Amino acid sequence: MRLGDLQGALPEPFDLTGPSFSALLQRTAPDALEAALAGRVDHVEGTTIVALTYGAGVIIAGDRRATAGNIISKRDMRKVFEADGWSAVGISGAAGPAMEMAKIFATELEHYEKVEGGPLSLEGKANKLAQMVRANLPMAMQGLVVVPLFAGYDPREDVARIYEFDAAGGRYEERRFATTGSGGRDARGSLKARYRDALDRDAAVDVALEALWDAADEDSATGGPDLVRGIFPLVVVIDSQGYRELDDSEVSERVQSVISDRQQA
Amino acid sequence: MAMMPYVSPEQVMKDRADYARKGISRGRSVVAVEYDNGVLFVAENPSATLHKVSEIYDRIAFAAVGKYNEFEQLRVAGIRLADVKGYQYARDDVTGRTLANAYANALGSAFTESTKPFEVELLVAEVAAEAVELYHILYDGSITDEEGFVAIGGSAEALNTRVGEGFSQGMGRDAALRLARESLGAAGDAPIEGGRLEVAGLDRTRGRRKFFRLSDDDVATALG
Repeated sequence: MRLGDLQGALPEPFDLTGPSFSALLQRTAPDALEAALAGRVDHVEGTTIVALTYGAGVIIAGDRRATAGNIISKRDMRKVFEADGWSAVGISGAAGPAMEMAKIFATELEHYEKVEGGPLSLEGKANKLAQMVRANLPMAMQGLVVVPLFAGYDPREDVARIYEFDAAGGRYEERRFATTGSGGRDARGSLKARYRDALDRDAAVDVALEALWDAADEDSATGGPDLVRGIFPLVVVIDSQGYRELDDSEVSERVQSVISDRQQA
Repeated sequence: MAMMPYVSPEQVMKDRADYARKGISRGRSVVAVEYDNGVLFVAENPSATLHKVSEIYDRIAFAAVGKYNEFEQLRVAGIRLADVKGYQYARDDVTGRTLANAYANALGSAFTESTKPFEVELLVAEVAAEAVELYHILYDGSITDEEGFVAIGGSAEALNTRVGEGFSQGMGRDAALRLARESLGAAGDAPIEGGRLEVAGLDRTRGRRKFFRLSDDDVATALG
């Protein structure tokens, strides 16, 4: 049976890659996932992403600076992406492949949801992302490392979770908080000192902003709030209402209060 | 060597068309009605999980009647086409027209080249800022662009007349739902209960993904 434009697109029964978008892409447009690159290339990297759970959900926030070596290449970079209505992925590492991974991952989740008529479980999403990180290993070996941080809310179990990854595709669930990126270490120290169980939302946002501030304080590749240009960290809240990004005005207000607290100290 | 009896091409095509039509007319119908914010699909469907209407892409929905396994295959193929295209170009480059053409090509070549045609009839809808595009694709690949409303399936003719009588441009969603239900009830032998209706559609006031599906409770509330 020949099927005109749909040739190769009709699903086979018991196709094990059935609802997977990345597997489909590999079959139909392998060039899109071309991994072979000769030698190391200069690339954009450096980031801090923090995620922490609070009473009603999870917060994931990221700075906005992109660097290439000692050059600041972009000041308003987006590093936290909506994966689907209930989860977000924060990326650190080589900007190009990382953003591509976030885009394919979001398409992957939507594709699954449409084909199967319902969303993946939160753990299923995290496992899929781990596979994508693992598939990136050849590029990671050439210097284009991508290390995401995944946070989401599971509406079936009413619980928020955070997943950390390593460059080889290892997946680690975190109950409280996690960080990634060049400033991740400093942010982790800050979170460790300030994190409390079952914080309310505003307090949790402050803890995230403090952690980003501390990271930007120590790491030149992480940007602090840019008061002159009005560029603030991107803060995402995911709870039983789903994914939403805080307005710049709200983040700006929280940032100002964090700054004034520090000035007094 | 066995001799094949001569059958004229006209006869072959007619037999296939009859076969496909018979298969489709056994199934229940779907009605699509344009309303002020988009398009609404209403179907008689005893199953709450085996859908006839589903989301393809941001602004595009799909509805089908006929053999479930066949239109399910086509539905998934459409999602694949749309997602790959939207990934490789941009989300705005995925259009209902391209998808409808792909379906028309697929059904057309299956109709002429394979031993058995698809026993399906499809609708592809896309909402734009102002208008709704509604494509109707038949089992043999013929495609038409519909205006305002359309019914597909066994009792399509009676339904089209019924809906046509009550349809007005820019009607509200609940009014469109009531019209569709009354028409389905009138076209079938028995009036249908609210719980057996599958109601979904595209609403241009929603965010990126315009597709929505009404639960049984939503349907009951809307019908009042």
